[in-house]
Amino acid sequence: MPPAISTHELTRRFDALTAVDALTLDVQTGEVFGLLGPNGAGKTTTIKMLITLLPPSGGTASVAGHDIRREPRLVRRSIGYVPQLLSSDGALSARENLMTSARLYHLPGADRRARIGEALEFMGLESSADRLVRTFSGGMIRRLEIAQAMLHRPEVLFLDEPTVGLDPTARRAVWGHIRGLRQAEGTTILLTTHYMDEAAELCGRVGFMHLGKLVALGTPAELSAQAGPGKNLDDAFSYFTGSGLSEAGEQGGQYRDVARTRRTARRLG
Amino acid sequence: MTSLERVERPAVWAEPPAPVRFILDSWTIAEGELRKLRHDPTELLTRAVQPLLWLLVFGQVMAQTRAIPTGSLGYIDFLAPGILAQSALFSAIFFGIAVIWERDLGVLHKYLVSPASRSALVTGKALAGGLRSLVQATMVYALALVMGVHLRLDPLSLVGVCLVVVIGSAAFATFSLVIACLVRTRERFMGIGQVLTMPLFFASSAVYPISIMPDWLQVIAHVNPLTYQVDALRGLMIQGSVESFPLALDFAVLMASTVILIVIAARLYPRLAQ
Repeated sequence: MPPAISTHELTRRFDALTAVDALTLDVQTGEVFGLLGPNGAGKTTTIKMLITLLPPSGGTASVAGHDIRREPRLVRRSIGYVPQLLSSDGALSARENLMTSARLYHLPGADRRARIGEALEFMGLESSADRLVRTFSGGMIRRLEIAQAMLHRPEVLFLDEPTVGLDPTARRAVWGHIRGLRQAEGTTILLTTHYMDEAAELCGRVGFMHLGKLVALGTPAELSAQAGPGKNLDDAFSYFTGSGLSEAGEQGGQYRDVARTRRTARRLG
Repeated sequence: MTSLERVERPAVWAEPPAPVRFILDSWTIAEGELRKLRHDPTELLTRAVQPLLWLLVFGQVMAQTRAIPTGSLGYIDFLAPGILAQSALFSAIFFGIAVIWERDLGVLHKYLVSPASRSALVTGKALAGGLRSLVQATMVYALALVMGVHLRLDPLSLVGVCLVVVIGSAAFATFSLVIACLVRTRERFMGIGQVLTMPLFFASSAVYPISIMPDWLQVIAHVNPLTYQVDALRGLMIQGSVESFPLALDFAVLMASTVILIVIAARLYPRLAQ
């Protein structure tokens, strides 16, 4: 089976800064893969290129067998994406949000209602289906967003920091749903996170990115072991990406991004 | 992996052909916007207050002074179509703010990773911007009737007015979207929005005829789509009014502006998410 995601020397430059530097990576079909690293490591830029929101400066990549440059529409049909920010429309109800997605993906009309019903049930949102999303809690919004991204049963699901700003209970609920999806549908999942416990819990393999480069790749256990005996993934994070406090090159750690992340966290929380 | 129930993934489910998808997707986007208005119409209703002030206060005062030569039309008759166009413009020109807001939230990203074409997304927005101005049109008509404006109320004229209002507002909403894609932040947009509306408004025949403008302003007025919108509205709304341009030319200018702006906006729209 060909890999679900395959990149070759994928590169993105912003003026003088190389946000993603010749990334070569394969993610196998059915795998849950974690892309880890400090702010500005290039995780979100990588995802944005893979989901066709940002054109690469160099290199190639394919998702679900489609080239991201030559076949962007086919890539978009094959993927689901839950951004770090909010993606469900607060001014619409949960059902209306799902209906909009169902229509934009041209799901067969007869299936739509059934699938929306299933999605709401799977995510435990049936009783709130007709409430405006702006009245939802952070955990409910995240569940709705995942349901929405999964409605067309994509081959590959991209989750950018799926539990940022959630309380521990809501986080565990989201984890359960991610695992359930993978089991029920065999979806390939690429996620980014700052929480190493989350990565250890969910991911079969993880890759550490630092300053745009992939610096380590393996199972959470392998990478923890490389950091030293008795070490966990947190230790591996520091071991592979330095202190994470470097001032130079922290493109994603700038004021605007910090403000944005905090705003998201506040809304969700 | 304990596969509970391996769901058949419809890797290739049937899709309608591209032109049909374009229409369906545009309507999906537009309908979503209209649903939002139905859930919370406050903004739309508050925006409808402004044209009422223009007609009641500005209109009454200027009608008293008889300072503006409007030919055989009374000044209120002359002004009503201009104020309708103006209120639609003022509301459409800030449409871009909502788009920047959607980018800041993340909603925009979700639409851009859907298989819908960029031009369908933008056309849907434009259509929504156009349709919402019908609410203002209704308010202006209601007040105009009360004030005794000599409105043409035959069905054909009313349909014509609706079309002109929708197409004109769609053009200005798309113009606003283009600006939003260029300036990218709400703060900068607010400043630019204010700077743009006044020249558009005053360099048109909305509140006075083009003939009394200085030559240089007449030139600007002739390339201002608002002039053509007001001209068409005046002809279609008011009994005994004479258009400065043929109605077909008014429609052609408005349609062409909308299409050109949509093409530009569709190119710029994805840049908002980068």
